[in-house]
Amino acid sequence: MIPGSVAAIVVAALILGPLAAVLFRAGGAGWPSPADWAAVRFTLLQAALSALLSALFALPVARALARRRFPGRSAMILLMGAPFILPVIVAIAGLLTIFGRNGLVNTALGWWGLPPIDVFGLHGVLLAHVFFNLPLAVRLLLEGWRAIPAERFRTAAQLDMPPGAVFRLVEGPMLRERLPGILTVIFAICLSSFAVVLILGGGPAATTIELAIYQAFNFDFDLGKAAVLSALQIAIVTVAAILALRLAGTGMAAAGLDRPVQRWDGGAGLRLWDAAVMAVAALFVATPILLVALTGADSLRDLPSTVWSAAGVSVLVALASAALSVGLGLLLALPRRALFETIGLMTLAASPLVLGTGLFLLIRPFAFPGDHVLAMTAVVNAVMALPFVLRSLSPDIRGAEAAHGRLADSLSMAGWSRFRWLVLPRLRRPLGFAAGLAAALSMGDLGVIALFPSPDTATLPLEIYRLLGAYRMEAAAGASLLLTGLSFGIFALFDRVGRHADA
Amino acid sequence: MKHLIYATGLLFATQAVAQAPDLTVYTYDSFATEWGPGPAIEEGFEAQCGCDLEFVAAGDGAALLSRLRLEGDATRADVVLGLDTNLMAAARDTGLFAAHGVEADFALPVAWEDPDFLPFDWGYFAFIGNRGEPMPTDFRDLAESDRRILIQDPRSSTPGLGLLLWVKDAYGDEAAAIWEGLADNIVTVTPGWSEAYGMFLEGEGDLVLSYTTSPAYHVIAEDDTSRVALPFDEGHYMQIEVAAAVGGSDRQQLARDFLAYLVSDEAQSIIPTTNWMYPAVEPSGGLPEGFGDLVEPSQPRLIAPGDVPETRDVALEEWRAALSQ
Repeated sequence: MIPGSVAAIVVAALILGPLAAVLFRAGGAGWPSPADWAAVRFTLLQAALSALLSALFALPVARALARRRFPGRSAMILLMGAPFILPVIVAIAGLLTIFGRNGLVNTALGWWGLPPIDVFGLHGVLLAHVFFNLPLAVRLLLEGWRAIPAERFRTAAQLDMPPGAVFRLVEGPMLRERLPGILTVIFAICLSSFAVVLILGGGPAATTIELAIYQAFNFDFDLGKAAVLSALQIAIVTVAAILALRLAGTGMAAAGLDRPVQRWDGGAGLRLWDAAVMAVAALFVATPILLVALTGADSLRDLPSTVWSAAGVSVLVALASAALSVGLGLLLALPRRALFETIGLMTLAASPLVLGTGLFLLIRPFAFPGDHVLAMTAVVNAVMALPFVLRSLSPDIRGAEAAHGRLADSLSMAGWSRFRWLVLPRLRRPLGFAAGLAAALSMGDLGVIALFPSPDTATLPLEIYRLLGAYRMEAAAGASLLLTGLSFGIFALFDRVGRHADA
Repeated sequence: MKHLIYATGLLFATQAVAQAPDLTVYTYDSFATEWGPGPAIEEGFEAQCGCDLEFVAAGDGAALLSRLRLEGDATRADVVLGLDTNLMAAARDTGLFAAHGVEADFALPVAWEDPDFLPFDWGYFAFIGNRGEPMPTDFRDLAESDRRILIQDPRSSTPGLGLLLWVKDAYGDEAAAIWEGLADNIVTVTPGWSEAYGMFLEGEGDLVLSYTTSPAYHVIAEDDTSRVALPFDEGHYMQIEVAAAVGGSDRQQLARDFLAYLVSDEAQSIIPTTNWMYPAVEPSGGLPEGFGDLVEPSQPRLIAPGDVPETRDVALEEWRAALSQ
């Protein structure tokens, strides 16, 4: 409990400290303008719709993946980790090659003599957010299905339950437990989405809180307003997180014997449906990534040397960030306290700009922030990845405790031995997933380094922005491919280690 | 795990040992990178002064100014390079800057008299399109055409703000009506220049807001003559980028030497093909080939730096109202 409290205090301080520093420097709060309130309303609308749609479409995909075994299944699960860790600009480029004016869809429509579709607007924003978050929802739901004891499906098969009954009696309680948390995470991610909303939104009607914060900072230099808007964003996510924890059902208390899940759900129609659902999802997720790879492949051979050194820096930062994030995540999740998990989720809503500026104000009296930018990037990235680490670890820790906690109590297992023998064996898979996700997110995130760029040091995302800013769009496409490959590689490596650990 | 701890330690250590430089110049990121003028200018000035110059970067011009405002008198900067005419009023209000005393024969289309801010390059904003396609000749013509345009958000981008002031300066009270007319031409409004320009190159729009010098990049670096800037009859809004010495610095003389070097023949001939802007002083060797055929606007437009803050706020509200419907 004590290490958990310390971790919670550290994380809360990392989020609220910089906010307080900005507010203090401003000498008071600033009140948002009517335009800012319009931005708040649009932000809430798009984030709520994005979360609902992502989860809605993820359900059939995760269900199909959970009850089918086929060659390439693990590759497909791996693929579901990809969009989420794609750098935003790369993903947008990929989506535009499909849905843009000269994209595949409009080319096909042109052949049929149909008018072109326009991807820019609220629907474009939702499309991109679903592309990012549907696969994440699938992965998190799949963890939920995996946590259902095999004995339940065995019993359901013995009773010859139809799919509807299986859903209601076996899968339903798991979904009630997990869906609110998943919805909250996606809602929070989309709440602070910046580039996607601006680029695909089509105009100032699609303005987010994050842009209003940016404007307050760099356009009006109204630090008080920036701090208030940032606090509002954190408050919204905190309320959503508390609601989600309230709504979450208690799940299934009974334990299984950890045997491999076998499924007997039959019927040709059901098989066909599952196959179709998975094919559509795979196509939707894989096509933009493949197109990005095709665009970048040409320039991959003669990339500037700075791109390679930036890649090295990024890998180092990502590993440090993943270690820190998983460590903090374990400390926060092990005590199974709702408060700690809410604090962990808060970090999603912290504006990078306010966080970076606040850190700058806190560090500046003692050191020059530009000299420590990589360390700052690693720490901030670790904190930003924390919600995903928690979402991944926490249900399995609760599950292990619910199932075997009483036995462990009766054996007086506590502290390290309880962790080592009760929790850790059931945690290898989510640990691998969480570490991979944290590392990949850190790889792909521009982060605070954009606020204090050092001319001699760059991470790969910063280097891509520099290439883009210098008209070198082709080199940027090559570097984007490298970044995608590295992010995905590092994610796949950790994920694989985790998944093979519990054979 | 141990390796990670070492690696993290290494990250801290390698960053902290850098020696204090003789002259610290704050600038925006793209100036100081390998692709920008920074490295060549650093090398040139260090050879001349026998000292150590260090660039410290912030994201863009607006972020650079915010950084200075955050640091105030405690700033480490001796020189600030990369503010522009639109930021000058706010920069002057910080009271951080001192007169530079540098004389130069500026090749600017407007007269320049400012004791504190020294121009080092400049450009005209313009829409860039593809050769052979329809070319509207002013904003009304553009609004009536079916050309699809990519622009940047004035709240987060320098060219975006330039366009806002361009329309406001040319049309005054009618600016809101012009924006309403343009609304159906706008594909999208991007956060920065590079997203819009990248999308233009991918064919997502017919025209993109950039600089008249953009085609020169394609000619010089890619031997591609297919991109052209559209001359507009209203004239073109200008961006003049300036540098200034920080008054509280104890390296005053070195700072002034650097500013003098910045407008010297050597530094000015580096600017065009690294920053892709016109040099503030014409180099003795003339402009590089490819800069010769660029659009020469009939009328340079520039709102006096002191009037920008007020005009900007009015124009932004008009822009937002017209495009939010």
